[in-house]
Amino acid sequence: MMQQGATAVVARPEPATTAARGATTPRAARRPPRLGWRQRLEVLVFVAPALTLMGVFILWPVVSAVRMSFYRWKGFGPMDDFVGWQNYSQVLSDDVFTGAVAHNFVIVGLSILVQLPIGLGLAFLLNRRIRARGLLRTIIFVPYVVAEVIAGVIWFQLLQPGYGVVDTLVGAVGLTPPEQGFLGTPDITLYTVFGVLTWKYLGLAVLLFLAGLQGIPDELYEASQLDGASWWRTQRYVALPLLGPTIRTWAFLSMIGSIQLFDLVWVLTGGGPANATTTMATYLINQGTARGNYGIAGAASVVLFLVALVMAVLYQVFVLRRDTQEQR
Amino acid sequence: MSADTQVADVRAEQASPRRARPFGAGGPLVYLIAAAVVVVTVGPVVYGALGGFRSNEQLARDPAGLPDPWVFDNYRAVFTNADFWGYALNSGVVALITTLLTVACGVMAAYPLARYQFRFREPLFMVFVLGLLFPLAVAIIPLFILITRDLQLGNSWWGVALPQAAFALPMTVVILRPFLMALPRELEEAALIDGASRVGVFWRIVLPLSVPGMVTVGVLAFVASWNSYLLPLLLLRDEMRTLPLGVADYSTEHSADTAGVLAFTTIAMIPALVLFLALQGRIVNGLQGAVKG
Repeated sequence: MMQQGATAVVARPEPATTAARGATTPRAARRPPRLGWRQRLEVLVFVAPALTLMGVFILWPVVSAVRMSFYRWKGFGPMDDFVGWQNYSQVLSDDVFTGAVAHNFVIVGLSILVQLPIGLGLAFLLNRRIRARGLLRTIIFVPYVVAEVIAGVIWFQLLQPGYGVVDTLVGAVGLTPPEQGFLGTPDITLYTVFGVLTWKYLGLAVLLFLAGLQGIPDELYEASQLDGASWWRTQRYVALPLLGPTIRTWAFLSMIGSIQLFDLVWVLTGGGPANATTTMATYLINQGTARGNYGIAGAASVVLFLVALVMAVLYQVFVLRRDTQEQR
Repeated sequence: MSADTQVADVRAEQASPRRARPFGAGGPLVYLIAAAVVVVTVGPVVYGALGGFRSNEQLARDPAGLPDPWVFDNYRAVFTNADFWGYALNSGVVALITTLLTVACGVMAAYPLARYQFRFREPLFMVFVLGLLFPLAVAIIPLFILITRDLQLGNSWWGVALPQAAFALPMTVVILRPFLMALPRELEEAALIDGASRVGVFWRIVLPLSVPGMVTVGVLAFVASWNSYLLPLLLLRDEMRTLPLGVADYSTEHSADTAGVLAFTTIAMIPALVLFLALQGRIVNGLQGAVKG
């Protein structure tokens, strides 16, 4: 849509500007020039509001969390009881926290292992020329728009032990639902939470994959079809490789989201039963607000940030780098 | 979205009539899978909406049944509940402030990153990309202290909106920069040659042209704020609570009144749903731009 608008404007003849552009572009491409003081001021004025907001409300709190993590502090009075690495050793030796880290990683791994194949399959399916395709695409995106809290409250009702819809359906096909319910049995609760997460976020994966598929030129499909390849082989050997960058970007977003998981868990289980579904975020909120252990919460925040950072850097170096190199 | 898709379909069909039938058409199996996906996807939402039209007694008797008879009391109770309107007002105002702040600061920051040529441009852009890596949860406890004690904004609209805008900005800039780069340069260059200042060009040419991009990031920011839970949970109490808090609290306080909870929940999700579906095409474009850029 916007590209059509763009071409319409470009089509207007502007000899003077094309000449001016021809003169500046090659130099600009080689080495960005230093700006005059006036232009520097302009850049500053444009960027200042955004950087100020991010500095005050993102950077400063994160720095404070790091500082807080080295003190024993209950949230009032001066922060002067410096304890060095003690909060960290306490957090890292707390079974609840290490369990929370494990839960986060289980969700990261399961998301990729389960949501990627399902998401790809659905995207291929919805990319076929079937009836009501637009409607299907819209419907599959609905859960993504629903707030995590609302999804949590609805699923909490669906998953009520005994009389809930899920238990009723499981019973109807002849299986026995767990006695304590899907949210009350420690061994399976994490997987139940993952199931609800998949329901909520699969739409985003499908949407992104579909967007990637639409960028693949029809000629490739036609060539493959003329060569006698089946639909599935075409998806596997033509569409899938070309979808690589999109998949890698989705996986990155999914990982970052899984590491920060909070809302849905808080509403569905509150981290229970018996800490079976704690995440790093629920742990630090619990320590910070319910127990007033601000130092512990700070240390947990820093660990959460480091885990996210290391994961992002590794992913960038080993996976996403390929995309930027391929482009050159 | 559907308009775009249809246009694409028509074009594809004109270009390649051969492809139209056998390749990638829908067989019975395809429709069966599609139907199953639809049921699983919208089932819970429909269950919530229909459950609101049933009585608790009906829900207890047959959890998966249809309303029989239809009961309107639950929805009526929500609409006549003063607390509900208070929550909705708070959600609306917070989301509006967040959206305006995000879009205004975002488009301003994206402009020099898209158009000026200077040495620190890419490092500056990296600052925004790195901002994506700072989860709200990491900053939440100090943020709580900063807002309630240092800024005295606890339990207020601005106290929630300001940090939400800050956390929405990285994504906004990442989406808007490629969008602004794709705008035709010719108009701006012509205006510059005619003696307009950069700021004037931004105000009179770039802003009007970037309305579609700003709508995209605006809707994303609005829906994110409307749905947000963690920050309001820590900052807002009593009559300042937003809808997600209201829904969560209502469902724990009235856990016996399942039908009432479902009606409350259903109404709370409608605004975000309508907004998102109405502007779906724009949002899809924006997300695509971010993924590719």
